[in-house]
Amino acid sequence: MNKGFYAQLRAFSNAKFWSDLHIDFFLVVSLMIVSGGGLIILYSASGQDVAMVERQAVRLSLGFAACLILAQVPPKFFRRLSPLLYLGVFSLLVMVLFFGVGAKGAQRWLDIPGLGRFQPSELMKVVMPMAVAWYFSNRHLPPKFKHISVVLMMVVVPVLVIAKQPDLGTSLLVGVSGIFALFLAGLSWRYIIGAALSAPVAGFLLWQVMHAYQKQRVLTFIDPESDPLGSGWNIIQSKTAIGSGGLEGKGFLGGTQAQLEFLPESHTDFIIAVLAEEFGLFGCLLLLTGYLLIIARGLYIAAFAEDNYARLLAGSLILTFFVYIFVNIGMVSGILPVVGVPLPLVSYGGTSIITIMSTFGILMSIHTHKRARK
Amino acid sequence: MDAGQKYFRNYKLEQSLTQRRIVYAAIFVMILMVVLVSRLFYLQVFEFERYQTKADQNRLKLVTEPPSRGLIYDRNGLVLADNRPIHSLTIVPERVKDLDALRQELADVIEITDEEWDDFNQSRKAYRRPYQSITLKSHLTDKAWAKLSVDLYKWDGVKVEAQLTRYYPYGEAFSHAIGYVGRINSKDLEKVDKQRYQGSLFLGKSGIERFYEEELHGYPGFSKVEVSARGRIMSEVERQNPVPGKAIQLHLDARLQQYAYDLLGEYTGSVIAMDPKTGGILAFVSKPGFDSNMFVRGITVKEYSALRNSPELPLFNRALRGGYPPASTIKPFMALAGLENKFSSWTERYYASGSYQINPDGRRYRDWKKGGHGWINLEHSIIESVDTYYYQLAHKMGITPIYNFLSGFGFGQKSMLDLYGENAGLLPSKQWKKAKYGESWYAGDSVNVGIGQGFMVATPLQIATATTVLANRGQWFAPRMAKTLNGELIEWPEDKVTSKKINIRREGDWQRMVNAMKKVISDGNGTARRLQGTSYTIAGKTGTGQVFSLQEDEEYEADKLAKKLHDHALFIGFAPSEKPDIAIFAIFENGGSSSKPADLSKKLFDAYLLGKYPRKYNYLKVGSNE
Repeated sequence: MNKGFYAQLRAFSNAKFWSDLHIDFFLVVSLMIVSGGGLIILYSASGQDVAMVERQAVRLSLGFAACLILAQVPPKFFRRLSPLLYLGVFSLLVMVLFFGVGAKGAQRWLDIPGLGRFQPSELMKVVMPMAVAWYFSNRHLPPKFKHISVVLMMVVVPVLVIAKQPDLGTSLLVGVSGIFALFLAGLSWRYIIGAALSAPVAGFLLWQVMHAYQKQRVLTFIDPESDPLGSGWNIIQSKTAIGSGGLEGKGFLGGTQAQLEFLPESHTDFIIAVLAEEFGLFGCLLLLTGYLLIIARGLYIAAFAEDNYARLLAGSLILTFFVYIFVNIGMVSGILPVVGVPLPLVSYGGTSIITIMSTFGILMSIHTHKRARK
Repeated sequence: MDAGQKYFRNYKLEQSLTQRRIVYAAIFVMILMVVLVSRLFYLQVFEFERYQTKADQNRLKLVTEPPSRGLIYDRNGLVLADNRPIHSLTIVPERVKDLDALRQELADVIEITDEEWDDFNQSRKAYRRPYQSITLKSHLTDKAWAKLSVDLYKWDGVKVEAQLTRYYPYGEAFSHAIGYVGRINSKDLEKVDKQRYQGSLFLGKSGIERFYEEELHGYPGFSKVEVSARGRIMSEVERQNPVPGKAIQLHLDARLQQYAYDLLGEYTGSVIAMDPKTGGILAFVSKPGFDSNMFVRGITVKEYSALRNSPELPLFNRALRGGYPPASTIKPFMALAGLENKFSSWTERYYASGSYQINPDGRRYRDWKKGGHGWINLEHSIIESVDTYYYQLAHKMGITPIYNFLSGFGFGQKSMLDLYGENAGLLPSKQWKKAKYGESWYAGDSVNVGIGQGFMVATPLQIATATTVLANRGQWFAPRMAKTLNGELIEWPEDKVTSKKINIRREGDWQRMVNAMKKVISDGNGTARRLQGTSYTIAGKTGTGQVFSLQEDEEYEADKLAKKLHDHALFIGFAPSEKPDIAIFAIFENGGSSSKPADLSKKLFDAYLLGKYPRKYNYLKVGSNE
């Protein structure tokens, strides 16, 4: 009976009409489960704000739509457009520097009359791995030093521009997405180890030339709890929320940290703390399992992609997705410094959902447009 | 285009290279996932209890509810110290971002003095629970309250709260009897149990309010509430109601008190009426008094210095602390001392000339009556208040028997059960004089003490208490204000002497002394014969206390002396003499003639024993509509 069900499910998920529709059944279902769960958590985290949950649902739907539309586009199309997209988004980023609007001292948005605001740095998260993958797609792998240098330039310049907005979280993710493409392209281990070893040395040298107040800033950035009423407040409260959730949690809507507003940014960057408080470790493991399924499917798609471009692009996109998760949970649980990185599919927020869903559109496109399938 | 293109590309090799990298990436993902899970496991399992406590500390706050203060009633159940709601401006400092800015904004609406602001800051820094509101300004006027209510929404953490505070309805006649409460200051905070005074604004500072503070205060209640990060109370988790303070019923009779106060008229002075059967104080007057409510409201520096600097000393509790020469009111006690020590007898006759001399050519101690009283006996010495009789008696006895005998009546000692700050007065002795002046005791010193002058100083309370002993024929009760606590009789600790019997050689002397004191009124030569004509019998004794010493040949001429140098006029008495219900001591400072306190006492006897109060005092009668 059971076996029959799984067999049927398997047959259903592998059915040909999915690939004709350029839909990866497994990926779409996993995404829906995770984002659906995310809506439930958001309901609690927003203080039972139905309107907010509705807005998020609308965005998720738009994201799924974008995902399905992008899935129809053959990967070669992306490849050809990659350099153009890169240059286009890069010029938008430069425009942000001059004409951008923003809030809370950060200048991140472009106001386009009639279209509203949008954040070009978000687009870069997708375009960056595309550009790097494109660059390597017509070159020999593993990359040579010259090409590595070119790619590093391609990565570092937009990262610095974004960091200047300032938007540390996004610049980190953009940088990481490019570096992942470089890694997947077969960057020599010697460089990797060399970079890993020289990083502390560079850091040490930088430390020596920094002013005292800069050092202080770095220190509070690394250890926010040294400033318990300032930047440390968020971390102390989120750790309290997570820890007090225990194994089973305090129950849906029962999290005192979240419901009594002790937890800051509970519906955006710190939403995992709400889940951890109300559903405990079990809830967290469930969510992480969902993410893991998505990542596994993404890596599978990447591994069996048709060409280098598709492999590098798919691989770095899914790894960037993972970095989102890791950095977000790492910072909320206090093992990483606080950089503004949302929890993908769960945190409330506009642009990031669309970009993330777009990356899955690209992944599905890569998976469903293979010329010869075995 | 590129150098790489020149060579043949091994796609298979490149594919396996990138695929291998994806496998590495997968391993990398798994490792970091394990890191995340371990971190969550650490926080949620190992550190669970710590964070659970922390979360509870975040959300749960204890809010104190101060108890309501016990009321103080007179013997008939009239409320003498009441609790009334007042409106106060309170602030929860935790919810205010910029206190100085808030002060500026508030100052536009109502006046906030530097004193109020300082007090506020002091309480803010003192021991307190977080999110406990602190009073900035109490006793808001209706106008200020209305003005504030309009703007209140603008400020987070600012509230107008209704609080119960003390109210003394009956004015200055009662201020020294009841005392008052005042704002708890930082000095008080060091002494009191801070837990118990959380949220309380006032504490007894004087009188009954101070002595019975422990009973009157009660115990605060607590409610454990869940608060949001912004300090808003979301729900009540647990609650313990405050225990109100105990009600105190005094022996005091409010009508008698007010009547006595008024009867002092223009004079300053003191009246004490006691129930000889219990030692309970029926009237405890020190005039002038003051409006105790000023201290509750928060007395201004100006008001306070006006009280302090007034020559009539309104803040001085004469009844408890005033030291006066008991003058001739001491004579009954002195006579008993003589009888006890066999220096006099009821039958022995004495020729009372106009003066007494220790040595034939020594100082002449004058009698109040020029030319003297002629042949008299002990009884007459009381009736006519013969000074020379007591000069010679004291001279013969010497100070030590006097000291020993009068001590038994409480002279020179503190005996008040339930008020602080009593003055012990002065019953002089040889040792005392030696210690104080380094001089030995002279016969002349005894002579002066014989008529209650000289070194001897007694408080109204002491003389009144001693009078009750005469009324009781030797039974002494410690004077006391309070009768019951929450309806139960007050039990005094074993080591407190609350009553005793003064034993004398011949028990019948008590009655004979009472008889002599009756004749002070009934005898045609009695110094208080003006009190004749009552349906009950009064026993009494007059006295005029010298404010300054006359020179040997000077005569006391009232109209030539400034009022403040006039003699103090005193009277002690009790009625009905057979089984007294009331004993009175009255002193008119610089009253000149003892007819004033005698007349006052008679009116009080009439009032207390026969209910003959002027109609205007009906408002102090429980159940009266007036």
